[in-house]
Amino acid sequence: MHSGRRKALQGAGGLAVMGLMAAAGLLRPTAARAEWNKEAFTTKSFADAVKAMGGSQPTESHDILINSPDIAENGAVVPFTISSKVPNTQSIALLVEKNPNILAADFEIPQGTEPWINTRVKMGQTSRVIALVKAGDKYYYNAKEVKVTLGGCGG
Amino acid sequence: MNPIQRAVSLVCAACALAAFGVHAQSSTEQEIEKYRQQVGEENPAELWEMRGEALWKQPRGPKHASLEQCDIGLGPGVVKGAYTVLPKYFADTGKVQDLESRLVTCMETLQGLTREEATKNHFGSGPKRSPMEALVAYITSESRGIPMHVSVSRPEEKEAYEIGKKMFFYRAGPHDFACATCHGHPNLRIRLQDLPNLTDPKDAQRAYTTWPGYRVSQGEVRTMQHRLNDCYRQQRFPEPGYASDAVTALTMYLAVNANGGKYNGPAVKR
Amino acid sequence: MADPMKIRARMEGDLVEVKVLMAHEMETGLRKDSSGKLVPAWFIQNVTATCNGKTVLAAEWGPAVSKNPFLSFRFRGGKPGDKVAISWVDNHGDKRTDEATIS
Repeated sequence: MHSGRRKALQGAGGLAVMGLMAAAGLLRPTAARAEWNKEAFTTKSFADAVKAMGGSQPTESHDILINSPDIAENGAVVPFTISSKVPNTQSIALLVEKNPNILAADFEIPQGTEPWINTRVKMGQTSRVIALVKAGDKYYYNAKEVKVTLGGCGG
Repeated sequence: MNPIQRAVSLVCAACALAAFGVHAQSSTEQEIEKYRQQVGEENPAELWEMRGEALWKQPRGPKHASLEQCDIGLGPGVVKGAYTVLPKYFADTGKVQDLESRLVTCMETLQGLTREEATKNHFGSGPKRSPMEALVAYITSESRGIPMHVSVSRPEEKEAYEIGKKMFFYRAGPHDFACATCHGHPNLRIRLQDLPNLTDPKDAQRAYTTWPGYRVSQGEVRTMQHRLNDCYRQQRFPEPGYASDAVTALTMYLAVNANGGKYNGPAVKR
Repeated sequence: MADPMKIRARMEGDLVEVKVLMAHEMETGLRKDSSGKLVPAWFIQNVTATCNGKTVLAAEWGPAVSKNPFLSFRFRGGKPGDKVAISWVDNHGDKRTDEATIS
C-alpha cells in the first residue's frame, strides 16, 4: 500500500497534488521525501540486511557503544542507547538477530547531529543485538547479547 | 507462614537456585533493576496525561460542559494535589468516593452523561482509547511530589476503611485466597516480582504512590481499579463492579496504609 | 486522527537534546487478537526531525520499534527559542507533525 502510494506520488498528477498539499501546509517537504527500505526490513540475516542497506562485509568496531540492560524483564520494551566514535558516522542501524525480521530501525545522522541515539525496541526472545554504523562507504558493527525473560511479541 | 506462603517461597527459591545459583541471582536482580530504571525514565504515560488534560478542559456530553468545575477532593476545579486526599467523603453524593468513582459523578452531573456512557470503555485497548484512563493519568500526575494524606476522620470514611480492611483479609474462592495471602507478609515474591506487603507502611507507600501505571506488557496506562481487578482475577474471584463502593473501600484501606508517602505516579509497571 | 506527540527540546551545553514520545500501536502484523485472528501490521515507517529548516534526524523504522515509541537524539546549531519539528508517517499513510520550542 505504501509503495503504491509512493508510485502515485511520483507520477505527474502526484506531484501536482503534493504541490497543492505543500502549499496548503499539509505536507512538509521532509515527509514527502521519505523513503522506506522495504527490502532491508524484510531480511532475516545480518549479512542480507547489510546487503539490502547497500553495504558489504562490515568490520567489528569497539568504537560503537551499545548501552542496554543485560536482561530485559519484558521484551515489549527494551531500551538501547547507541553511540559511535567512528569518524564521519552517517547512519546508525539497530538489528535484533532473532526477531522475525532482523532490522529494527535505521537512523540517518546528518552533519551537526551527534552519532547518539536512544530508543526502545521489541525483542521476541533472548538475542544478539547489533549496532551497524555507516561511515563513508564503509560499514562497522558491534554486538551484545540481551536476555529476555518475557518475549515482547504478543506472547 | 501459612502453607500457601511456604509453598510460594519454596517454589521461588527453587527456581532461583536452579536457574542461576545464589550468586548469579543477585546480579540478575541488579540487571533487572537497571532495566526497570531505564524504562522508568521515559514514561509513555505522559501521552495519556496530555490527552487527559485536554479531555478535562474539553466540553463534552449533552450539557456541553468541561470537567473543570469538578470537585475531586479539594474543591471545584482544583486538580493540584487532589489525588492525595482520595478516597474521601463527598457531601453532594453522601458517599466516600475514589478518583474514578468521583469522575463518573462529575460526568453525570456536569456533562449530563448517563452512568453507562461515563463508564463505557473504562479500560482502553489500543486505538479504542479510554477517556477515564487519560483523565486519571492527568489528575494523578498533578499530585506528583505531594505526600498522601487521606483522612478517616468522618464516620463514613472510617467505615469504608474498615470494610476495605475486611476485604483485604477475606479468604475465599477455589484457591482459598485473600489479598493478604500475597500482600500481607514481608519478603514474598513470585518469580522476579517482589510482592509488597501492603500492611507495612513502607511497602504500602511504595506500591500505592506508583499507581496508576503504564503497563509495559500491555502498552496501556492502567488505573488502580484495573490493578485491583487483576488481583481479584488471580484469586479466581469475580471482578468487582467498575467504580463500585467495594473498590472504593479497598482503595481506602490501601491509601490510608500509604499515608505519608510522596505520590510519584503514574509510574512504569511491568 | 493520530494523537499528538510529546516533545521536549532543551539545551545541554551547545547541544540540543530532543526527547520524543509518540502515540502509536506499532503492530507487527504477527500478533493474534483474542479471537485468534492476525492483527494487521500498522507501524511508523519514517520519522524526520527539522530545526530552522534543516533536517537534524531522519529515520526508517520497522514494526520492531516498541509501542508508543520513544526517541532521543542530540544536535548542534539550535538555540533557545528555536522550534524543533518532528514528523512521522506510518504504513497506512497516516501522518503527524508536532513542534516544540527549545528551552
